[in-house]
Amino acid sequence: MTEPLLSVRDLRVEFPTRRGTLTALDGVSFDIMPGEVLGMVGESGAGKSLTGAAIIGLLEPPGRIAGGEIRLRGERIDTLAPDAMRKVRGKRIGMVFQDPLTSLNPLYTVAQQITETIRTHADVSEAEARQRAIALLDRVGIPAAARRIDDYPHHFSGGMRQRVVIALALCAEPELVIADEPTTALDVSVQAQIIDLIKEICAERGAAVMLITHDMGVIAETADRVAVLYAGRLAEIGPVKDVILNAEHPYTRGLMGSIPTLTQESDRLVQIPGAMPRLTAIPRGCAFNPRCGQAFERCRQDRPDPVNRPGNRQVACWLHAPEVTHG
Amino acid sequence: MIAYVLRRIVQSVLVMLVVALVSFSLFRFVGDPVATMMGQEASQADREALRDRLGLNDPVIVQFAGFIARAAQGDFGISYRLQQPVMELILSRLPATLELALISGTLAFVLGVGFGVYTALNRRGWLSGAIMTVSLIGVSLPTFLIGVLLIWVFAVELQWLPSFGRGDTVDVGPWRTGLLTQSGRASIVLPAITLGLYQMTLIMRLVRAEMLEVLRSDYIKFARARGLSDRAVHFGHALKNTLVPVITITGLQLGSIIAFAIITETVFQWPGVGALFINSVQFVDIPVMAAYLMLIALIFVVINLVVDLLYYAVDPRLRVDRAAARH
Repeated sequence: MTEPLLSVRDLRVEFPTRRGTLTALDGVSFDIMPGEVLGMVGESGAGKSLTGAAIIGLLEPPGRIAGGEIRLRGERIDTLAPDAMRKVRGKRIGMVFQDPLTSLNPLYTVAQQITETIRTHADVSEAEARQRAIALLDRVGIPAAARRIDDYPHHFSGGMRQRVVIALALCAEPELVIADEPTTALDVSVQAQIIDLIKEICAERGAAVMLITHDMGVIAETADRVAVLYAGRLAEIGPVKDVILNAEHPYTRGLMGSIPTLTQESDRLVQIPGAMPRLTAIPRGCAFNPRCGQAFERCRQDRPDPVNRPGNRQVACWLHAPEVTHG
Repeated sequence: MIAYVLRRIVQSVLVMLVVALVSFSLFRFVGDPVATMMGQEASQADREALRDRLGLNDPVIVQFAGFIARAAQGDFGISYRLQQPVMELILSRLPATLELALISGTLAFVLGVGFGVYTALNRRGWLSGAIMTVSLIGVSLPTFLIGVLLIWVFAVELQWLPSFGRGDTVDVGPWRTGLLTQSGRASIVLPAITLGLYQMTLIMRLVRAEMLEVLRSDYIKFARARGLSDRAVHFGHALKNTLVPVITITGLQLGSIIAFAIITETVFQWPGVGALFINSVQFVDIPVMAAYLMLIALIFVVINLVVDLLYYAVDPRLRVDRAAARH
């Protein structure tokens, strides 16, 4: 087996508050292989974006990594000094944010923002950086890139701006791109194009992608594997087709059941009763147990750790614990 | 752009006409200058002769038209009190006020922006706390009290700096400057601090608030995620975005500094136009008061115009399609 590109182990992110410490991520572990697309799904507040921010070292204070480790090609990056971490950001891990309308600095031209980034990471002349920038804009599908490069962000539409953002995230050729809800703020008609673009361009450059989204449809079409987060904990992770067609965690099943399909005959979508607990009130045992139809005594007492399952899958659920035989 | 500038200039002229009307009204409604100038013993014939000489017996509209025509040429008549052309009086005093305003304005802007950026970037540091506390004093203490306190500490107790006057001056063409002599430079320190302290704290608090706002924005997060250095993020991307409101306030404050130098000039016996104005008020020297009013209005109008044009230099979003844009 090849060495993972990114390896996250027992990641724990805490927010100290006046009323005690909130644990926003608790014992999250996963790997991303080189060139792989890992989808990361979950409800709002499940910790998807926090995971991305923790990896790239941009947790907003007072949030902090309180435990676990993050390795990029075997090298720990969660303990790097700020200067060293800055060289990882952009250069080795690129990031695409949700809202292209606010991701670009309105006072600088696209050319200025791209060449600045290229020259931060590579020792090239202004002219050389500009040539690269034009080629990159051309590649992400900006028409007449050579002319439009000197436009300001407000001259571009939302979809075009997201293409510029992708160009910016990729301009130092990172090995991993974290795309945090890259299409949520876009028109439906543009969403598929942007997702395809991210997938294509990363495949072309051999970059792995961590795709954070709450859109299972996007995951199904794009990701190789998917990780499901619930209340800051990993519920299930595995190859995308297996997880979608044959979810093992009751929460994942609930998520899949809530996706409408045209071919489906049923009148009503399945919904999961209740709401995800707030970080201040995560129940004892399995975080999902109050909403779970199959919960039993143990679920209310002990917290399940992810266990390996056949087919390169992991699930954190007592239903699948090795010593339990349960229907 | 040109149409916009023209429109702003026309507006400025209108404002100046209204101010002229107010200035002119002074002649009609504020006391009887003849009584003040001649004293109790003057004969009725002498009074009438003086009225005639000062043009006080013409119809109002003629007087106003004449006032504007002369004012446009810089002729504001003859001071009742000093029997000298008003313009000459003001021009001889203006360098003192402008030097004071320029020094204290520069001081306020440089320190205000510097402290503002520092306190925004080091929000939790003890030095930031100290600066913020001191700035509260700057905002809440009245100018004359600050002036008197400074005189007490630095002139009376420590005897480091002179307590009044402008020191030795040198004539450079028509400009009488105090900045070229040792005593002149020493003399300007206390008045400049007194005059600039309030403006500095205002600019500092504004820069801090704007900076904190901008630092939370998505494009700053994205700039960090691209691995740009703190320096580039803070000063290249964040500071520039705080500048539009800061330019507005600073511009208007520069007008205020010149206009409200009156108090500081009085406290420090500074021989500027403010002191001239105060003396004129005591003697109901209306031509001087009217000219002062017009001068200050002109300064405000010009500064406003310059500020509006500076927006274009800073913010590219304002440069194109004004009609189509939301602004």
